[in-house]
Amino acid sequence: MEFVDLEKIVKKYENGATSLQEEITLRNYFTGGTDVPYLQEYEYLFHYFAKAKEETCTKNIQLNPKTSKIKNLKWFSVAAAIVVSFSLFIGKKQQDAAVVKEQYAHVVKTLEILSSNLKKGEQAVATLYTYKYTINKILK
Amino acid sequence: MTQSSFLKVVLPFKDKVFRLAKRLLVSKEEAEDATQELFFKLWKNKEKITDYKNVEAFAMTMTKNYCYDRLKSKQASNLRLIHTNYKEKETALDKSIEYRDSINQVHQLIENLPEQQKVIIQLRDIEQYDFDEICNMLNMKPTAVRVALSRARKTLREALIKKHNYGIR
Repeated sequence: MEFVDLEKIVKKYENGATSLQEEITLRNYFTGGTDVPYLQEYEYLFHYFAKAKEETCTKNIQLNPKTSKIKNLKWFSVAAAIVVSFSLFIGKKQQDAAVVKEQYAHVVKTLEILSSNLKKGEQAVATLYTYKYTINKILK
Repeated sequence: MTQSSFLKVVLPFKDKVFRLAKRLLVSKEEAEDATQELFFKLWKNKEKITDYKNVEAFAMTMTKNYCYDRLKSKQASNLRLIHTNYKEKETALDKSIEYRDSINQVHQLIENLPEQQKVIIQLRDIEQYDFDEICNMLNMKPTAVRVALSRARKTLREALIKKHNYGIR
């Protein structure tokens, strides 16, 4: 490119008056490096612009993101309520079972005591019988 | 509108949206989130998309507005920190490193521009949009766009010259 042209376009560029086509020309020229010392800065600028355009978004776009946080919170509370009521239910059941077991153990114990006492009585009665029997034998 | 035809319309400018978002929001993660959010918004309004003459311009306007909102809501918090995270590299003797440094400096300088100029530089000098399109996207008059663009370009160049001559002149 002619130096005079270059200077003209650069001036225009600085005033924001260049067309896209002219800017592409400038970009091509400056990314190739320049020999003009006082236009050195443009080389950096255009290099940067070219580099900046290469950056891409690496993240994939999701069009149906998982339900928003607020909605999630709502479901959390529902789940929590269910868990609490369920555990209450289970706890109540277990408590009832424990009470029944205790009562059963009580009954068993009392019955055992009763039966042992009855056995004692039975033995006494048996001795009585033997006693009566022997007396009868003697008396006969 | 099916998902695939929607994607066919919007995917070509996904990177442009991302780059504009990144220019304004600075961090890559923020920009990616913004891109995701924007496309989701577009998808929700997919019925209206066919009414717009230029979906891309509309998406860019949305991106700009969305990023401005984000910046406003985050002004005091983490975005500031990211700015200070940037470390100026030591001036190396190696010419190629110096060169890369200069290009990084441009990034830093654009960062320091006012938001509007940032957007215009991004749209014009990086994405190479037409002036009419930019006016359309930013809802600005052509002269205003040109003035802002010219100011941004001059600022960038002067700042670069100043940096390079630092300590010499």
